Amino acid sequence: MTTAINLPKEVLEQYEQLHVQSHKDTEVKRLAIVASKGSLDMAYPALILATTGAAMGWEASVFFTFYGLDVVNKKKYRKLQVAPLANPAAPVPIPNILGAIPGMTWMATRMMKFMFKRSNVPSIEQMLQLCNQLGVKLVGCSTTMGVMGVKQEDLLDGVSVEGAAAFLHYASKAQVTLFV
Amino acid sequence: MAEDTFKEDKLVDTRGQLCPMPVIAAKLAANVLASGKVLKLLASDPGSLADVPAWAESCGYHLLKQEKGNGVFTFWVKKG
Repeated sequence: MTTAINLPKEVLEQYEQLHVQSHKDTEVKRLAIVASKGSLDMAYPALILATTGAAMGWEASVFFTFYGLDVVNKKKYRKLQVAPLANPAAPVPIPNILGAIPGMTWMATRMMKFMFKRSNVPSIEQMLQLCNQLGVKLVGCSTTMGVMGVKQEDLLDGVSVEGAAAFLHYASKAQVTLFV
Repeated sequence: MAEDTFKEDKLVDTRGQLCPMPVIAAKLAANVLASGKVLKLLASDPGSLADVPAWAESCGYHLLKQEKGNGVFTFWVKKG
């Protein structure tokens, strides 16, 4: 059975007046995210929110700092992992101490990747491609790069390098700021 | 325009995909549509029932109509 929900003309007109017109009057919204974690499970929220913001017509930027820098590191972004150790909600349901056994992180990572794939969730690589396609600005933290010995050429193409002041300046003009 | 039939200029089928793919696929399709054209979006993610209207409003697009049936949500969105 198909249920049709028809919007009457008055509702459409009211909708246009309230939302579409008011949208035109305001400037483009902006989203600023700090991605500080380099694990598979923590890379997703930042990338999902950034691509969604861009798809909503917003300006979106992700500042990758500390371990988060791995998400845009050419040598590392395909190898992000999720650890069951100290993670009671890990995809491998085992007593927590067993998470310390070699191979458990590998297993949990494989299981999570399988679960994502089975649900048609894009891989991290595909999420980064979508960022590119939608114009999400990806920024590497210059301090992290200095501390960890990461060079500009180690980062994915299109990733710029900035410091805290540049991020804060951008974020000060954002309506939504998130720390992941 | 007739009450319940909207002729779409572009069909986007995101059935079987989860958030954020319905709105991302819709946006990528809308980007290459001219103003005033209609996009028909199919989704099975229950979140899309809240997401698609929010996305349309955010982009300044008009949600003309939405339908629900057999676990599939159908949206007609006119590019503003």
